[in-house]
Amino acid sequence: MTTQVAVTHALVVDDLRVDTTGGQPVLRGVSYDIAPGEVLALVGESGSGKTTAGLAALGHFRRGLTPTGGTITATGHDGTPMPVLDLDDRARRALRGRTVAYIPQDPAASLNPALRIGRQIGEVLETHGYGASDDEREARVAEVLREVGLPGEEEYRRRYPHQLSGGQQQRVGIAMAFACRPGVVVLDEPTTGLDVTTQTLVLTTVARLTAEHATAALYITHDLAVVATIADRVTVLRGGEVVESGTVDEVLRSPAHAYTRELVDAVPHLDGPSTDGSDDTDSRDSRDSRDDTDGTAPDTRAVLSVRELSVSYGEHRVLHDVSLDVQAGECLMLLGESGSGKTTLSQCIAGLNDRHTGAVALSGHELARSTAARTAEQLRSVQYVFQSPYSSLNPRKTIAQSVELPLRTLTDLDRDQRRERVHTTLERVRLDPELGGRLPDQLSGGQRQRAAIARALVTTPDVLLCDEVTSALDVSVQATIIELLCELRAELGTAMLFVTHNIALARHVADRIAVLRGGEVVESGPVDDVLTAPSHEYTRQLLDNTPRM
Amino acid sequence: MNPMQKQPSLLRRALSLPQARIGLVLTGVVVVLAVGGALFGSLLTGHDPTEFVGKPFHSDGAAGTDGLGRDVLTRFLAGGLTLLVYAVLATALGVVLGALLGMLAGYSGGWLDSVIMRGSDVLLSFPQLVFALLAIAMIGPKGWLLVLVIGITHAPRVARVARQSTVAVKDADFVRAARMYALPRRRILVGEVLPNITGPLMVELGLRLTYSIGYVASLSFLGLGIQPPTADWGLMINENRIALVVEPWGVLLPVVAIAVLTVGTNLITDSLASAAAGRGRTKEVPA
Repeated sequence: MTTQVAVTHALVVDDLRVDTTGGQPVLRGVSYDIAPGEVLALVGESGSGKTTAGLAALGHFRRGLTPTGGTITATGHDGTPMPVLDLDDRARRALRGRTVAYIPQDPAASLNPALRIGRQIGEVLETHGYGASDDEREARVAEVLREVGLPGEEEYRRRYPHQLSGGQQQRVGIAMAFACRPGVVVLDEPTTGLDVTTQTLVLTTVARLTAEHATAALYITHDLAVVATIADRVTVLRGGEVVESGTVDEVLRSPAHAYTRELVDAVPHLDGPSTDGSDDTDSRDSRDSRDDTDGTAPDTRAVLSVRELSVSYGEHRVLHDVSLDVQAGECLMLLGESGSGKTTLSQCIAGLNDRHTGAVALSGHELARSTAARTAEQLRSVQYVFQSPYSSLNPRKTIAQSVELPLRTLTDLDRDQRRERVHTTLERVRLDPELGGRLPDQLSGGQRQRAAIARALVTTPDVLLCDEVTSALDVSVQATIIELLCELRAELGTAMLFVTHNIALARHVADRIAVLRGGEVVESGPVDDVLTAPSHEYTRQLLDNTPRM
Repeated sequence: MNPMQKQPSLLRRALSLPQARIGLVLTGVVVVLAVGGALFGSLLTGHDPTEFVGKPFHSDGAAGTDGLGRDVLTRFLAGGLTLLVYAVLATALGVVLGALLGMLAGYSGGWLDSVIMRGSDVLLSFPQLVFALLAIAMIGPKGWLLVLVIGITHAPRVARVARQSTVAVKDADFVRAARMYALPRRRILVGEVLPNITGPLMVELGLRLTYSIGYVASLSFLGLGIQPPTADWGLMINENRIALVVEPWGVLLPVVAIAVLTVGTNLITDSLASAAAGRGRTKEVPA
């Protein structure tokens, strides 16, 4: 089979085995192939080996990993198949960029901030001896910039990376990869840090370029919605093995393997939870009639109300007169892209940011700006869950110690009562209380986030602020955390402010949505109204650009 | 309250390195020699460190006699403990003081940061030994002063390291969470920050100990540290250097002991540093 495909495929990976230097298998015989002009998505969760399998196409292995078997054959546009694994270091460097190119995850980190972008792209061409003269190379730089949808003019080429937006930086990264017209491009989650609007732009650019230049693209991602948008075929990895492989339609519509089904089910849908959402719908219906965020008089039923909150850093206005209310037991989704001020807003409410004007009131009583000036009772009532469970727990303290902390400072429970409370709270977040004795790095990301949620819930708060709590987690873990939050809300009746950039989560968690853009609330209302009949142009744009499966 | 320490601690990871074991053996040998010698040295050789046993610079006994006719081996065995105790005390003082000031400066920021750090810059601008010489010349060669002066000159160096590490940790989410729970600053520093900067502080501890040994020995050599007729390694080098060719043991023994000790503590420090850096690598979290 290998001999036959080598002709028609730009990249063939056959039975690739990779071990750690300690002998632990990372990949156990992974095979995939890509035809010119085709996009193959390599899907899996953290630790599945998808990045290792993808970067292997460049002949690159992270430190501590060694290939132990299998073959990789990459074919450039010149038609000579290259046995990637058999090349020496020098030949591999020549291969990278020319035959196989790489587009990294973080656009800002992958560009040299001290070099003009034209120069950076030109460097790639020079290194690989592309073109006969400087003029020819310069023309190619201008051409490739236009190909990725950026202006190719002299003025633009002389810009520095910091003068570009995140999406433009990512497109410069793409231009660098496509500069030498490689046969294969490896994309390592290139849209993870980008807003949906920019993501769509980048995805269409990649799709167009691969089709136009008959370049084979390997797209490493965990986001199945993106896969549905861009890929032709999908290979699902789990624990270093391919569990399923096929066209996007086959794999996403009728997954054969249980694991794939699990992954597909975990993807949040704009149309609502794929499992039962009946209790959610009920509570939502009862509140449909209200839309009071524009009212200036504080709502008496509101547990949390924010009035004309503004934050400025010098000239730069981060938030401008934001007002919103959260009723008891309600979940308000605060939707915004990066830079919209959504995290600043939630931190102002939590008292982590005291540089604001305007008022935050809890059940009608105004809260002091900084936590230092708030009473223990107020601190107990408003709790905040941080975005990343990797940094929100002290790595040197056990889970139980971290969860106990708010009880020690904010309540006067004695030691035994505290231990009892920690125990029940850990059970409540579906975390084995036995794990309380562990340190954070002995837990998985999902378990850590559960612990962080436990810390926030241990004082039985009235309002829970969740700041992008799922964005650092895998899709399937994200689904379980969302489920947990919904259940907890039903059990405890805690009001929730759910801050996110992912509109697809709306129907899964929220009763109402407030859309934040450039520091202002541009639209708010019940979930169904906003999703079915968005009144603001920006919301419509968000909805249109959200990839669907 | 006692965490199940399943992940190997910094110390254990450091000790798994071969150079740490060598360092530990070297340091151990000298420490055992100094402590054991001070306790049992006179019993072993049958002489008192200040007793005249023969003619000056004569090869009586195992290592001969010194310029006043005292037994060199006895004085060598007796002379290590004071050096060691002074060095350890000075290091402890310097690291504790420096860590406290550095953490306070790094965590608080603002004017307190400026006052502490600019103040320590002033102290840093004096060469350590010159500062010690000045203080001792004014007050006189006393043991407590030696410890105090060396400790104080260590403090700004430790403070810089502690401040830098604190700044890196202080805006971590878990510290912000502790602030949100209205934990007093004192307890945030001790409970949240300190455990997360032990790596660099341990390195600093080892480094400062090495320096302290050197300073105490140098000051004694210059006659400003431990005073005669007490036996002391630094002092012995000075007393016996005129007879280096005739009776080399009086110089060689303390020199070798000090050298082995500093090399040993340095090796331990180095392995602590690489173990701490190793932890930095594995702590990296995929986005």
